[in-house]
Amino acid sequence: MITARKLLGALALTTAATLTAACGASGTGAEGSKATDVKLRMTVWTSNEDQLKLFNAIGDAYRADHPEVSSITFESLPFADYNTTLTTQIAGGNAPDLAWMGDLSKDLIASDALVGLTDKLKATDGWQYDDLVDSATKEFSRDGKLYAYPFSNSPFALYVNTDLLAKAGQKIDPKTLTWDQVAAAGAAVHAKTGKAGFVVRDFDYKSWNTLATVWTGFGGSAWSPDGKTCTFDSPEMQRAFTFLHDAAFKTSAMPGPGTKADFFAGDAAFTVAQVSRASLLTGSFKFGLYPLPAGPSGKYAVLGQAGVGVLAASKHPDQATDFLAYLTNPANAAKLAQFFPPPRKSLLTGAKLAENNKKLSAAQLQEVVVDQLPNAVTLPNHTSPAEIAQKGKTALDALWKTDADIPAVLKSVCTAIDPILAK
Amino acid sequence: MRYWTTRRRDVLTGYLFIAPQFLGVVLFVLIPVGLAIWYSLNKWNVFTGKQVFVGADHYAALASDPQLPSVLLATVVFSGGVVILNITLGLLIAVLLNRQFRGATFFRTLFFSPVVVSVVAWTLVWGFLLQDNGGINGLLHAIGVDGPNWLQHGDTAMLSVIVSQVVRSVGVNMVLFLAALQGVPSELYEAARIDGARSRSIFARITLPLISPTVLLTAIITVVGALQSFAQIAVLTGGGPELSTTVLVYYVFQQAFEFNDIGYGSTLALMLLSFVMVLTLLQWQLRRKWVFHEQ
Repeated sequence: MITARKLLGALALTTAATLTAACGASGTGAEGSKATDVKLRMTVWTSNEDQLKLFNAIGDAYRADHPEVSSITFESLPFADYNTTLTTQIAGGNAPDLAWMGDLSKDLIASDALVGLTDKLKATDGWQYDDLVDSATKEFSRDGKLYAYPFSNSPFALYVNTDLLAKAGQKIDPKTLTWDQVAAAGAAVHAKTGKAGFVVRDFDYKSWNTLATVWTGFGGSAWSPDGKTCTFDSPEMQRAFTFLHDAAFKTSAMPGPGTKADFFAGDAAFTVAQVSRASLLTGSFKFGLYPLPAGPSGKYAVLGQAGVGVLAASKHPDQATDFLAYLTNPANAAKLAQFFPPPRKSLLTGAKLAENNKKLSAAQLQEVVVDQLPNAVTLPNHTSPAEIAQKGKTALDALWKTDADIPAVLKSVCTAIDPILAK
Repeated sequence: MRYWTTRRRDVLTGYLFIAPQFLGVVLFVLIPVGLAIWYSLNKWNVFTGKQVFVGADHYAALASDPQLPSVLLATVVFSGGVVILNITLGLLIAVLLNRQFRGATFFRTLFFSPVVVSVVAWTLVWGFLLQDNGGINGLLHAIGVDGPNWLQHGDTAMLSVIVSQVVRSVGVNMVLFLAALQGVPSELYEAARIDGARSRSIFARITLPLISPTVLLTAIITVVGALQSFAQIAVLTGGGPELSTTVLVYYVFQQAFEFNDIGYGSTLALMLLSFVMVLTLLQWQLRRKWVFHEQ
């Protein structure tokens, strides 16, 4: 028989062990610019071999001119747990020197956990700071200072499975396409073929921030420009969510909750996804790629971004910043552009982007990337992103039912996230 | 007089034997629990490492957390459902398989095999099966039943995570019950039958009392396991829809590691720890009434 003490020990162990990862204190031991045997580490969420190969090649080239840097490691972390892992590393006193960041950037900037980059980048010969597109740097700046280089700026676009549209006898005019037309064609495809109509990729009735790719066209936004007040309950958002609710529950233009449909496997007529997702196209069906359809508010563009910054907790912030300046200089930015739409005006032409893109033509890239970037808005981003996402989702779950009271649910979203926005 | 007397050697040997366990308890129980208590008294900015002592603020926040009542309710429903189903099913299967018949070993292996499957892999498969257009609804459709959208409604989502958890872990209880059943002396059954006792009476008056120590053990293990179930929730429902499947241990994870509120997360973890301790102590104290051979 197990004794009570042993049992209690086991219980305590399991419960408390979840907290051991956070046992350390964060270190900030900067060593200045004269350090030797500097080992730099950068966390990334890609495991793509070609991308890692390029990063390693750039790292090797940098080390050849900087003997004080003995190694540069690119640590690949799973995307799903990236924020949690990075945060745990920082909290545990094992912060990387450089890190990719998505929606964690606001928290990192607000906490002064990133090193300011503007002075260094401007002072670096040939870096060409003015080459950066303003719309790309906005999310990673505070008080005019850049804290992360926006290495990936991939606009959302509408992918169309033209084979499925033809099967259902549907035709669209990409130049005048509206969300209502997409919903009508999607519903027709579903009725005729049983395949899904339109899918907002990665939404899956959980990641509601991806719906900004729709509600922006209706003039909606998740919160006010200063980020202090929830605007989910605005008339524009009510209209946008009514459109989505109808598509899911009335017209079946969009698959309902719990139904999987992968556009890239040929399961849907339309999908809203980032241009970088074109790599998932296998050639098993004919496709079209167009800017997002117009909403009641007209044409618009939405951007998904990722940045790379230097952690203030790095032991070698000077060397890390210097390497970041090298990694993102015009020559290396051009190399990175084969994988990530760059933030540099000089590289943003359809022809240049097409040089290393096997899936999309120069004309397509010009239309869906280059022409969209200057006026694009980013997906909703705020401090405490995970808490806002979870509390918003918990409230929004009530909307994905046939008889949902849409205005009431949207109001409840505001009730849930307003206290976090006001922090 | 020699220093290393036999008694001293015995004492030293005893301490050496318990040293690894003692070290483990100190390193992995006492220190983390102590740290958790300290964290619960501080507001910690994980990005900068700055900690501010806030005293009992996090404990006061428990009372005003609007999500906590739903989380506690979900915890009670989930744990209660898992414990009742797991023990009942485990005992039932063990009784059925505690007989010599063709294929008994096969069925024992069959029911136990999910235990050795990775919990994440197991849950991912269940996730696909429970989709609206997934395998379970496909089977139901084949027999003319229109299945619900299992993971999208609070009640069916909770049922889904309970069943997924029970099917995966019932094999452990089954094996424990089987071992206990095989330890019941056959003479007692023979004597009871000679006295004219029926199967139901034999089970209630002989089997159950004699395996009651195992029932207590499985009850404790299952209660503790249910209160600590995390992966099933994280993978299958993410705590939703709404808060219907957000159990306490998942809420701890959310607060501490997703919302980066280590202080409040630690407070919740200590609350969970106290629940587990109270429940276990309660079961332990009640063993005199439940368990046949305890004095």
